[in-house]
Amino acid sequence: MTDIPLLETELLGRIAAAEDDAALEAARVHALGKKGVVSELLKTLGALSPDERKTSGPAFNALRDRVAGAIADKKAGLAAAALQYRLETERVDVTLPAVPFPFDPGAGRIHPVSQVTDELIAIFADMGFNLAEGPDIERDDYNFTMLNIPPEHPARQMHDTFYLTAREDGSRPVLRTHTSPVQIRTMLTQKPPIRIIVPGRTYRSDSDQTHTPMFHQIEGLVIDESTHMGHLKWVLEEFCKAFFEVPNVKMRFRASHFPFTEPSAEVDIQCDRSGDVVKFGEGSDWLEILGCGMVHPKVIANCGLDPEKYQGFAFGCGIDRLAMLKYGLPDLRAFFDSDLRWLKHYGFSVLEQPSLATGLTR
Amino acid sequence: MKFTLSWLKQHLVTEASLDEILTVLTRIGLEVESVEDKAADLKAFTVGYVREAVQHPNADKLRVCQVETAGGNVEVVCGAPNARAGIKVAFAAVGSVIPATGLELKAGAIRGVVSNGMLCSSRELKLGDDHDGIMELPADAVVGAPIADVLGLGDPVIDISITPNRGDCNGVAGVARDLAAAGLGHIVTPEVAEITGTFPSPIKTAIADNAAPLFEGRLIRGVKNGPSPAWVQNRLRAVGLRPISALVDVTNLLSLDRARPLHVFDADTLTGNLTARFAKEGEVLVALDSKTYTLDTETVVIADDAAARGIAGVMGGLETGCTEKTVNVFVEAALFEPIRVAAAGRKLSINSDARYRYERGVDPEFNRKGLDLATALILEWCGGEASEVVSAGAIPAWRREIKFDPALVLKLSGVDLPVADVLCILGDLGCTVTGAFPFTVTPPSWRPDIHGAADLVEEVTRIHGLDNIPSTALPRVNAVTKPGLTLAQRRAREARRSLAGRGLVEAVTNSFIPRAHAALFGGGDESMQLANPISAELDAMRPNVLPSLIAAASRNAARGLVPSHLFEVGPAFAGTGDADQPTVATGLRAGTSARQWRGAAFAPDVFAAKADALALIESLGGPVGNLTVWTDAPSWYHPGRSGQLKLGPKTVVARFGELHPAVLEAMDLKAPTAAFEVFLDAIPLPKAKPTKTKAALVLSDYPAVERDFAFLVADRVAAGDVVKAAAGADKVLIAGVDVFDVYAGKGVAEGHKSLAIAVRLQPKDRTLTDAEIDVVGQKIVAAVTKATGGTLRA
Repeated sequence: MTDIPLLETELLGRIAAAEDDAALEAARVHALGKKGVVSELLKTLGALSPDERKTSGPAFNALRDRVAGAIADKKAGLAAAALQYRLETERVDVTLPAVPFPFDPGAGRIHPVSQVTDELIAIFADMGFNLAEGPDIERDDYNFTMLNIPPEHPARQMHDTFYLTAREDGSRPVLRTHTSPVQIRTMLTQKPPIRIIVPGRTYRSDSDQTHTPMFHQIEGLVIDESTHMGHLKWVLEEFCKAFFEVPNVKMRFRASHFPFTEPSAEVDIQCDRSGDVVKFGEGSDWLEILGCGMVHPKVIANCGLDPEKYQGFAFGCGIDRLAMLKYGLPDLRAFFDSDLRWLKHYGFSVLEQPSLATGLTR
Repeated sequence: MKFTLSWLKQHLVTEASLDEILTVLTRIGLEVESVEDKAADLKAFTVGYVREAVQHPNADKLRVCQVETAGGNVEVVCGAPNARAGIKVAFAAVGSVIPATGLELKAGAIRGVVSNGMLCSSRELKLGDDHDGIMELPADAVVGAPIADVLGLGDPVIDISITPNRGDCNGVAGVARDLAAAGLGHIVTPEVAEITGTFPSPIKTAIADNAAPLFEGRLIRGVKNGPSPAWVQNRLRAVGLRPISALVDVTNLLSLDRARPLHVFDADTLTGNLTARFAKEGEVLVALDSKTYTLDTETVVIADDAAARGIAGVMGGLETGCTEKTVNVFVEAALFEPIRVAAAGRKLSINSDARYRYERGVDPEFNRKGLDLATALILEWCGGEASEVVSAGAIPAWRREIKFDPALVLKLSGVDLPVADVLCILGDLGCTVTGAFPFTVTPPSWRPDIHGAADLVEEVTRIHGLDNIPSTALPRVNAVTKPGLTLAQRRAREARRSLAGRGLVEAVTNSFIPRAHAALFGGGDESMQLANPISAELDAMRPNVLPSLIAAASRNAARGLVPSHLFEVGPAFAGTGDADQPTVATGLRAGTSARQWRGAAFAPDVFAAKADALALIESLGGPVGNLTVWTDAPSWYHPGRSGQLKLGPKTVVARFGELHPAVLEAMDLKAPTAAFEVFLDAIPLPKAKPTKTKAALVLSDYPAVERDFAFLVADRVAAGDVVKAAAGADKVLIAGVDVFDVYAGKGVAEGHKSLAIAVRLQPKDRTLTDAEIDVVGQKIVAAVTKATGGTLRA
């Protein structure tokens, strides 16, 4: 009878002693190769009596498994050591002075979303709006409840909300479905008069040619003691003219419903979509571009402000959609795919910094 | 919601054209999604009568037809096998456009015989797929009549989208009411007559545990269920519903016409009485959609004495539904809590017309009327005898009084409307106005969405027309615009232009990435997982922007686009708190530069990444001189070819380096890749200063001198330490120290390297003598030796 423990000790010793892949392979062949000692041992099973086989079979197989396992472990260990050795030998002195990559400054591009955001900021800053920001991972109450969208409200279903795993306290953060929670954050921390715009990432569980699970919105909010819907119309009209860079834009205000505004409206702009590109200020089509309204008194009250005293408007608009319309970008999904050809073609030069003084675009 | 024009006109008497109606619908917030107007599409096509059809002299398969039309007799050559004398046909005159082809029909000779029009098949008119022959119209069709009328297609189908606050407009009658208020005519919706039952209903209704506010119903016995009248079937088909039987069609009709959901039970399948109660945990019901639903204790059901028979406000049960054989029918009319209906529907994933209406609110005052109206229709269509109404619960209080000063219309909307007009609009919408200033307005029972004065202003401006609000300039706050961005906010946009100026291309990538990728970059925690990701590839909030960019470079490489020099300025997500979302300017250069005729291709390395990071920090006004280089970059970097730039021992401003080979392998990016992360929020903002004056520039008139030193130092000595020691040797004279050579190999002892620096000396008040320069030189050597153990190389 072979002394299994002795054999195992010998084989494992060989494996442990292997200092490189070749030595390990030799140890493997010695043990598990066609004529390896373990393989030969397994061949003897056939000649054993059934009783002997009952005890020896599992023992031999277990030996084979342990040896194979040791080889695999050793192999991984050698690979890790080789990587470690490589990393060690590749070590350089990173305190040495930096050496720039020989780049071509003209090859750089600004993404259309950033470019359009800069255009929007230029326009609205001129109208006295300040930039405000908020986190993408938002509290449920800021995204919904304080905006007058209670749980189980049908409007919540229209939002296709992404939720994060619930926290230990049971609260469940959401990925903000719109930039409107920054209205809440602003009104909670600032006293009117307030004029802000909020560009940022927003998320809804939706995907097709004009919807992606992540998209960008810009929110506008004005709160003071006298701003009304007439001002809202003026701001949006002036914005559209400036943004689309046309002398006139015909707009249509349709009554609509958002839980956080009252009255609410959706705004269409007149355009000509008969050709390959959309032309504004002419044509017979109406294209929806944004939703807006007077901030709901409940929302103002939710933020600790007196709705009898303060009023104002809010609007929300898709930045990607504005970019698609203005620059004729056909597919929203391509925005976030980072294809270098797309970025080079639709991206903007560093020097095209939007400014009302010099013109938004070339 | 879909309805036909003639259906609308059953409720609204109006002179307005279809186009006017559509315009007003959209204007008042009932946005028209689409309108299908076959009458307009087919205006050019009229009934013709084939008086004679003879064989074409020159073609076997063609016939020459003499056709009687609105414009007189016309000769038409036709190839259809069924073109024959004596039939009525769809005639297209010369000049009409064939819908299927979009081509204009021209007169011409076909094989020598003049043809002045066309006899159309249903496919050519887009009315069907039949192209085997021409359409044959009924024999009694009048020559010259539009075929749309003959075919019963004259009724345009309008589809509008209803916002969730307008439950009342989920019925045609409600839409008509809004149109009338907007000045398009007047309402002629008939009043519902009360129906007195002739016997007590043997089936009673009850409500357990306040499961519903109101549950009414009645038995109608001895009905004969069959097809509903043709006008009902046409109406349902026109809006996309399948007629089923008179009893079922009644409920669908009232749901569409009055936004009133009802349910009909085959009374003979019920056991005992009906109760609105909460379901038992695990109670099972097979609903009308033939699916089996397992209910929980928060779901309200309508149950008989044996089992649950319907999910309240959502869907009825299959076993107890009406069939052709139903003789005794129990009609259920109830009110359910919108929130409970919504929750049940959401949990069970059932979207039904009833759920849609209940969760948006149904008119509580129309419960009994809806029941009576259904009863009347059933008695008319199916015969039978109605019982008295059984009722449990009560109509919940819905009256709200709103104090309303009409001046608020001007204040909120900017529209100066006479008070009389304001009150008129509110009245037309069903509001009751009482008292004087301020008025007391009670909204009608069908408008649970109107709660406050602002809601009333919305109603007034909506009906008056938002387009009639005069644009008013928003007053400028400052004559010359003040900045809209803070310095911190400017950073992100300046970082973008700075990086793009270094030849990097900006990407905007998803905030979510595969969990496995997140785990490689210190993330992948359960708390940062999406509970409902759109796909398994987008299930974790990214802890770092790099995996997004590496994946982008990998995609580009797969398309043969190398190298990728990409950056993104965007959020990384360390946690779910407000402060856990730093804005990081992240970039990578993946792949060697393109080959060029002068010099070798350049592989991106740790020093290139360091240069990118430093250049960005400097362009943003960061304190580059105070940054120290640390070699403790995180695990996704190559441990020997990466570093962190810190301010003090803790504040990490940037990381840079070559990426760890194991990370690149795991993310399938084969190109050599160097990357950097600059934490924009970690760069200190400049101190606020009273003026914009820059520090005075003092220039020396005396020549600067440069001296080179080569030190032999141990391998492990950091060049930075040598530079630092040298620079500190004489703080007055030494203006700069640069490393210009590093050498190890022949002539340098094993384990050592030669490090050559150039030191620039700048005197301020005299020209340096050789002796003075030597003194400084000795100080430099001494300082370097002391700090690093290095010796001056002979």
